[in-house]
Amino acid sequence: MSLEKTEIEKIAWLARLALDEDDIPGYARDLSNILGLVEQMNTIKTNDIEPLAHPMEIKARLRPDEVTETDQREKFQNIAPHVDNGHYLVPRVIE
Amino acid sequence: MHQHTLTELSQLLQSKQLSSEEMTKTYLARAEKFNPLLNCYISLSPERALQQARAADKRIHQGNAGPLTGIPVTHKDIYCTDGLKTSCASKMLDNFIAPYNATVVEKLNDAGMVTLGKSNMDEFAMGSSNENSYYGAVLNPWDTARVPGGSSGGSACAIAARLTPVATGTDTGGSIRQPAALCGITGLKPTYGRVSRYGMIAYASSLDQGGPMAQTAEDAALLLNAMAGFDKRDSTCVELPVDDYTASLNNSIQGLKIGLPKQYFGDALDSNIGDLIHTAIKQLQQSGAIIHEIELPNTHLSIPAYYVVAPAECSSNLSRFDGVRFGYRCEDPKDLSDLYCRSRGEGFGKELKNRIMIGTYVLSAGYYDAYYLKAQKIRRLIRDDFQQAFKEVEVIIGPTSPTTAFKLGERTDDPVSMYLSDIYTVSVNLAGLPAISVPAGFVAGLPVGMQIIGNYFSESRLLNTAYQFQQKTDWHRTLPEGYN
Repeated sequence: MSLEKTEIEKIAWLARLALDEDDIPGYARDLSNILGLVEQMNTIKTNDIEPLAHPMEIKARLRPDEVTETDQREKFQNIAPHVDNGHYLVPRVIE
Repeated sequence: MHQHTLTELSQLLQSKQLSSEEMTKTYLARAEKFNPLLNCYISLSPERALQQARAADKRIHQGNAGPLTGIPVTHKDIYCTDGLKTSCASKMLDNFIAPYNATVVEKLNDAGMVTLGKSNMDEFAMGSSNENSYYGAVLNPWDTARVPGGSSGGSACAIAARLTPVATGTDTGGSIRQPAALCGITGLKPTYGRVSRYGMIAYASSLDQGGPMAQTAEDAALLLNAMAGFDKRDSTCVELPVDDYTASLNNSIQGLKIGLPKQYFGDALDSNIGDLIHTAIKQLQQSGAIIHEIELPNTHLSIPAYYVVAPAECSSNLSRFDGVRFGYRCEDPKDLSDLYCRSRGEGFGKELKNRIMIGTYVLSAGYYDAYYLKAQKIRRLIRDDFQQAFKEVEVIIGPTSPTTAFKLGERTDDPVSMYLSDIYTVSVNLAGLPAISVPAGFVAGLPVGMQIIGNYFSESRLLNTAYQFQQKTDWHRTLPEGYN
């Protein structure tokens, strides 16, 4: 398995990661090596095996639909990079 | 004082031969003295520690103290601590002051423990050497040219150098057990769901589990008593009563059936380590244990399957770091995409980007079946192998790590060689089982760990086995030189 530069760029975009142009060959090499390791999975046939998503196969617990959390907006927004008037600010999306 | 175990320190406090304040000052002074060399702490919290120590002394005088009251503890910097920096060893969270406590932190605070500070780790718990930290590598106190293991390397190092009596860790693929082995301490990964993950920053949610790190099995049992238990704030936390893990420590291991998996003693294992593990097993036999050879035939597939499952979960979990609500934000973003991409690109280190991208790739359209579904099927095979083995034996024993501590820089250029240091630990996480690493001797002056794996919720039996082993050996009491 060997990933090309364009594939790395595509994956990085899907993951919303800006990469330095100079680092891309290094990522291509690392990711190709990791996928090479991962492909050892193909040494075994698994057609009839049920996938296991979670070790205990637990079901999600439900709770009554009641308000349990208090409003802590100020505390949480204290650690935000950029807020104004109770809103999180990001660059303009709609012109 | 620093050579004492938690159990011994607790007796000194209860008998009022020593106050928590004096004890805390001693450990803080040691941490301040040796941290510039070892780099095992990201931050120390002396003011809070002394406040907590004075409150603990009050409790002791009022006669309502427990065995952990007044004992200093170090939290891995992945546990949220209200009002203290919680960085996860990442530039992304370098400015993050947690607005709440993790359940584990809350429980240990309630028990009266004193938080000395936050320990260094691999960034977001991804790594096996503690070299992937924004704050620099942690050094191994047994040989400062070597790594302490990871990802809970700071916690393991601080205990080994006796800068803290006990610490918390987390284990997703070996992150408690492998550094415990490489630093010569005792570390327990509990059954998945035994300890709440609330406030423990997520890496791979179906694998992550917090646990105690200590000098001895007895200390680990005391710490687990306070850490374990149901928490409604963690939807995967198990609603089962918690044992008193100290109650069975003294039980005999006469007749204990121990399985030795052939696959854990193969070519990958340093033969000197293999010899030490066999010697340790003979000692357990002398205490009455019975040895069976067993098979865990799919062990070789655990690392490949892990490096699909863990990155997939990581790519999803880490999507919350977007530069909007908390954490690092890039300078002058030109639009929203630029804000996301550069905040994440600049905030995350190289190994994180590797794993996020692998996870993104294996979950992307067209690749899901070949990678993610395949890995989940192998996960079942691995779990079934263990269940088959546990029909025959009660615990499984082998080495924790195939080598002793390796040199700094030796594996940083090759992620795959780094991943292979977890060859004996990751299958336990895939299966959700508990396992403990205990010191079992030295090869060329470097500690070796023995791993004891049990079936679900058998922590008491693991701690009992480890404790009985530690009654016959003194590896866990051997200290590295130069930390007096």
